[in-house]
This record gives sequence, C-alpha cells and structure tokens, in this order.
Amino acid sequence: MFKFFLIKLAQLVPTFIGVTIVAFAFIRLLPGDPILLMAGERGISAERYAQLESQMGFDRSLVVQYLDFLKGLLHGDLGNSLVTHAPVMDEFMSRFPATLELSLFALAFAVIIGLPAGVLAAVKRGKTLDHTIMGVSLTGYSMPIFWWGLLLIMLFSSTLGWTPVSGRISYMYFIEPVTGFMTIDSLIAGDWGAFLSALHYLILPSIVLGTIPLAVIARQTRSSMLEVLGEDYVRTARAKGLSNFRVIMVHTLRNALISVVTVIGLQVGLLLAGAILTETIFSWPGIGKWMIDAISRRDYPSVQGGLVLIAFIVMIVNLLVDLAYGVINPRIRH
Amino acid sequence: MKKTLLAAGIAAMMMGATPVMAKTLVYCSEGSPEGFDPSLYTAGTTFDASSKTIYNRLVQFKPGTTEVEPAIAESWDVSDDGLEVTFHLRDDVKFQTTDFFTPSRPLNADDVIWTFERQMDENNPYYKLANGSFEYFNAMSMGDLIESIDKVDDHTVKFVLTEPNAPFVANLAMDFASIHSKEYEQQLLDEGKPELANQQPIGTGPFQFVNYREDAAIRYQANPDYFRGKQPIDNLVFAITSDAQVRYQKLMAGECQVMPFPNPSDVQAMQQNADINVLEEAGLNVAYLAYNTQMAPFDKPEVRKALNMAINKQAIIDAVFQGAGQVAKNPIPPSMWGYNDAIQDDPYDPEKAEQMLKDAGVENLKMNIWAMPVQRPYMPNARRTAELMQSDLSKVGVDAQIVTYEWGEYLKRSSDVDRDGAVILGWTGDNGDPDNFLGVLLGCDGVGGANRSQWCYQPFDELIQKARTLDSQEERAKLYEQAQEIFKEQAPWDTLAHSTVFMPLRKEVTGYKIDPLGGHSFEGVDIE
Repeated sequence: MFKFFLIKLAQLVPTFIGVTIVAFAFIRLLPGDPILLMAGERGISAERYAQLESQMGFDRSLVVQYLDFLKGLLHGDLGNSLVTHAPVMDEFMSRFPATLELSLFALAFAVIIGLPAGVLAAVKRGKTLDHTIMGVSLTGYSMPIFWWGLLLIMLFSSTLGWTPVSGRISYMYFIEPVTGFMTIDSLIAGDWGAFLSALHYLILPSIVLGTIPLAVIARQTRSSMLEVLGEDYVRTARAKGLSNFRVIMVHTLRNALISVVTVIGLQVGLLLAGAILTETIFSWPGIGKWMIDAISRRDYPSVQGGLVLIAFIVMIVNLLVDLAYGVINPRIRH
Repeated sequence: MKKTLLAAGIAAMMMGATPVMAKTLVYCSEGSPEGFDPSLYTAGTTFDASSKTIYNRLVQFKPGTTEVEPAIAESWDVSDDGLEVTFHLRDDVKFQTTDFFTPSRPLNADDVIWTFERQMDENNPYYKLANGSFEYFNAMSMGDLIESIDKVDDHTVKFVLTEPNAPFVANLAMDFASIHSKEYEQQLLDEGKPELANQQPIGTGPFQFVNYREDAAIRYQANPDYFRGKQPIDNLVFAITSDAQVRYQKLMAGECQVMPFPNPSDVQAMQQNADINVLEEAGLNVAYLAYNTQMAPFDKPEVRKALNMAINKQAIIDAVFQGAGQVAKNPIPPSMWGYNDAIQDDPYDPEKAEQMLKDAGVENLKMNIWAMPVQRPYMPNARRTAELMQSDLSKVGVDAQIVTYEWGEYLKRSSDVDRDGAVILGWTGDNGDPDNFLGVLLGCDGVGGANRSQWCYQPFDELIQKARTLDSQEERAKLYEQAQEIFKEQAPWDTLAHSTVFMPLRKEVTGYKIDPLGGHSFEGVDIE
C-alpha cells in the first residue's frame, strides 16, 4: 500500500510542473496589463510606467520571471498581490476555508440525495420512478448555475423569505476565524445563534453548487448498479435466499461504489470551478470570487499562485481517491 | 420580533454600544476595498470604504454638490500672487479611539504635514513602504505643484506652490488627501508594523473602523467624538455583493437598505416597488467620440463637424442609455460651474452633413470607430453606440468599421498620436473643477495621453492656462465659457452624453445625498 502511494505521488511531480507553466503563461497570454488597468482613463506617464514595471519585476525576461516564481513556490512563497500588496499565500489561505466549507456541504448534499436516487432508479429500472429520477437529474445537469441560483434566490429569499439572499453569515455575528469554517468556528465560540445563521446561509449555495454533482452521481450510481446487478455473484447471492435489501446494499452497492467514488473524486475539480460562479451569485467570500477579481485586474501573482494552489488541491484529492479505491477494492493496489 | 430584538441585542453587545435598539444601516457595496489607506489607491470602491467613512480632508465637497467647503480647515486664504495657500485648522478635531489606538492629542498641523509628506518625501518611511506609489497624488501632479508645506503654528498650515493653481484647493478635497494621524502611524512604525495602517485605519471621520472580513463585510460604528457630532445611525455595515441583480434582491428582501449601481434595465421595476425609493441625479461625467485631429481628413474642423451632424445622439440616449442620460453639447457636464448653456449644439442633419463632406472634398471616407470593451459610469454599452454611429454614418456615405481592444490596451493605443480612427471614451470628474475636464482632456499637455483627439489648439489652450492661474471663480468661469465656444467651433469631439446616476434605497432611509463625483457617503443618513 505504501509503495502504491509513493508511485502515485511520484506521478504527480511532472503534472505539477506542467501546471506551474500553464498557470504562469495563462494570465500573461490574456491581453491586458495590470499597470494600465490600474491607471484607467487617467492614464500614466511613460516614466512612471517604467518605474512601476521594474518595481513589479515585469521588465525581466519571461524565463527569469518564471524561474523566480518557481523558486518562490519551492519556498512556499507565491509573491505579493499587485493590488493589496499582501502575500498571495495569506490571501488564498484566508479565503480557501470558505470555499472548502461550501464545497463540502454541496458535496454532502449531492451524495446524500444522489446516491439513494441512483440506487432507487436502478432497482426500479424502466419504471416511472426511474424515468422521473433520470429526467430530473438530466435537467439538473443542464442547469446554468447562474440562472439556477438567481431563480432560487427569487423564489426562496425574495418571495418566500425562507433563506437569506446572499452572504456567509448574518452581519450581526462576527466570529473570529480559527479554522475558517464558519460552522465550526461558531461552535468553538459557543455561539449557537451564529451556528444556525451560518447553516441558514449555506442552504441555497450548497443546493446550487451541488446540483450538477448530484445529477452526475445519481446517473453514475444507477448505471454501475445496473452493471453489477447483472453479475453472476449477485445472482448467486439471490439464489442463496438473501433478502433483497441485503443483496442490494451489501453485494451490489459496495461493488458499484468504486466507479461512483471515482466520479465523486472528479467532482472536486468541478466543485471548485462551479464555486467561482456560485460564490459570485451568493457573495460568498471564497477563492472563486477572489480569483475572478484577480483575473479582471490582471493581478499576475494572485492568478498564477491561485491556479497553482487550486491545481495542487485537485491533485491531492485525486490521489486520495486513488487510495480510497485501494481500500474499497484491494485488487487495484497491484 | 423577538428574534430581531435578540439579534439587535447581540449586535449591540458585539459592537460595544449601549442602546439595545442600535440603529444599523447595511449598504450592499459593489466590491471589496483594495485596502483602507485612501492615498494608495484610485478606485471609488476603496474610497467609499475608507476616505468617505473613516477620514476627513482639509476641505470637502459640500454633500450633493461639487462646491468646496470647509472641513478640518475652518477657513483658508490665498496670497495675492496665488503661490501661498494658508489653512486655518479647527481645534476640536479628534482622531478615533478604537481598541487598537487611543489618541493622546487632537489633530494639529503635524498631522496635515505628515499626510502630504508620506506621499511626496522620499525619506518618509511610508513613502518607502509604498515605493512611492501614490497614484492619485501623482496623477493630479501634486508633487510638482507643492514646493513646501510649512507649519505656521499648531493650527495653521501654509502650502507654498510652484505656480499659481486655482484647482489646488479642490484637489485637497479629493480622497487621496485624507488626513492621517501622525501619532498613530509613528506608533505603528515604532512597533515595526507600519503596514497595519492600511488594515486598521484611524481617521477623524463620521464612522470608525470595527472590522473587515475579506470579500464579505466591513463594519463601522459611529465615531462618538466626531467634530460634527455623532451620526444618527449607530452601526454601518458594507455587505459586499458584486452582482447587481443580487444586490437588488437583497434590497427587496431588506437585507440591505442602500445599493449602488443598479442594472439600468432594473430601474423601472425598482421605481414601481413600494418599498424602494430611487434617487437620481445627472452624473459629473461626459462620454465623447474623439477624432484624431492630427490625421487627414479629421484635421479639418468642417469634416469633424459634418460627422457630428451625421450622428443621431438622441437615438443613442434612447437606445443605449435607455433614457438614463442627456445629450451633451459641451465637454463639461451642465451641473458644473462655468458651463456655457448658450452654446448651440450642431443639429442632427444628415443631408447637410453629406453636403459639407462633399464641399470639403471628402468622398468615400472609410474610418474606424473604437468601441471600448467595458461598461463605464458614463457609457453603458460602447459597442451598441458604435453600431448606431456606423449606421448613421453609412447614410452619409461614410464606411465605418468598429474596432476594439482589451481595456488596458484600448486606453494605451487610443492615446497614440498617430492612432487611426475616432475613439469612444469618457471621463468622470475628480474635483468638480472645469480644468479637470477642459485642461486634462483637451489641453496641449495631454496630447499623446489623456487628450484622445490629439488636439492642441493655441487659442483654446491659452484660455485654459490663464484660467488656471486666476483665483476668482467668476473670472475663471468667463474664460471657460469662451473656451467652450472655441471647442464647439473646432469640434475635436462629438460630445455624446452625460449619464444619470441612480441610487435605489429603501423607503425608511432618510438624508442620503447622491455625490455627483461618484462616491457614496453615509454622513447624516438616518433610518426611520
């Protein structure tokens, strides 16, 4: 198992280097110049421009800039934001827990609803229930996030008044960040009202962000359940006279889970991408919103640093998923 | 109700305020501030969160106008040669007391001098910390303008200028000139963490900083020691909400009471909503189409005038601004002093335009129209505007192509002296002074820079230069009125529009005034 882990880890190194190149090049390939954007209609004199350019280090060759970026990266230093002048690492870390919290709640929502829905659809294959579940999940999968979010806000927040429109917690609470998870920090602070408020604010964005993964998980669960249900050992289990429940939950589901876990792992990348839109709609103070601001201001260090960190996280999650297979299905280890 | 009471109680305990029913105003701001030191930045969003709430300046714009009135300085006088401006400071201005700073003395001349030194003296530690990047101070050429700043006594400060400059006092009402506490920043320097001034600001303003959760919310409380008295509201919260549609939903749900920058298409529905008031005012801005007056055939005023007459500006106001604007006939907005209302705009007359082009010997003209890629306060949709122009021009036999670039690139390339084509652009006033439009955008100094028409016309430039040196606003206004006549005659631009600013707020909010300069201030605002 340890060797398996090491091999997987070693495979990540070239990927990671590739990511740094892409991240570095991406923001520079976009037309736009951070200094000119900052100056706006007011403009900037040529000498002042040159001065700022050299301060920011953009007058050096791209290769030197890239190597500098890589060197900093190895020391855990991603440079400072051109806008706030704060270290990119700090800026990222102070916002990442918000995104992670939202993603975990969205994923939990997707799994809790998607998995049973998929199992149910497989068991009731071809029946009305199956068609309904698959129809709804196809709709969910095709839903444009921005539109879906606004629709839910209009219905549940503006019209019915059940949920808040946007934000992370009521402005009445200010919880000192410890873990950065609002739900956990409010409990640490012993503030029950803040905890409930944080949950309240999580409902809509979790649903919106979880919708697409939910659809994917439901469909994947259904198809891999159907595949396993056709296997000989399931027939054997039934022949032994095991209860239907036992056959489905133990013999079928456990084996069907392998591909479902893969899909769930792949959702993490999608969740982080979806978080960018969801955070914009719900004014959620996470890295998605931060990245959008950084891109529009051509804040090179923030964008390249943010991309590398996000890619790193996705890679680690995928590594964990690979390891999880090993646990679920020992055959994969070799 | 019980819940609200409880919540208000918790809020009061958290804010450290005594009354149980603390009045809290929530403002759905459009973005995160870059920091809280207004001298470092140029964005309105940052100023709203810093200079407008936490700080004061020597002088200020009278709320809702561009008129300069006393603030920290109770009066000022200008020497006869215009080179010395002396400010007499109030003696009752205190810096805020917070959990991170307790002032030992009221504001005095040292703080004023410190405020400017940190932006211009290369030896000042704050100058070094920021690498001298005080962009607004630099953009207004303050460093070149100020020869020295002298302390006459504790409550008198004298600015010595390198040349007489009438807009100088108005510049000091701008956000970058917000007065910092020397005592606080010295203390931070002694503690070895000067950068905290940008995160935990101290000023003299109506609200003091409580805390900031990045990209989420900024909290302020009323400054109990404010020299104009404590504000009617106890707490002020900026709930950062970047999407205009979501801001509107929050306003309707009562999650905030004031929101800036509504989508133009939502304004009508807002006006019909019984809970919402929509304030509106003409913005201090102009949108224009700048010809390159150094390139044939646009070097001929009659050609420029003909093109102006071929473009139907009212149609642009109706279609692009959706009525939220007015046709511009002058390069400065009508609410500004010095505006020449006697000017007759060139009428929309395609037939005459075609004839004029023929008379000028221009046939089968091909030209580029530059449409900016972004929405700006003065121009909701440049692409659509360019398309309307294109179709108008085709009616007089001019073949116009629309070009665009990424915003930064657009700004840069449009400044080039040999640029090809006419550029759609605009301007929002900085200090309410006509020189800030006429001098910056049309003066000879601006050629190759902010002067997009590359227009250097001596009779015009002389008037502008002269007006800058005069102290009397009346005399200056006369010169600017003449300058506008020359402008119209020469037509380096087609003046397109002045946009209208909308400010939706809930009915219970009183005392809010739209700032024509584009800022958002909550001084004097109350909730009923």
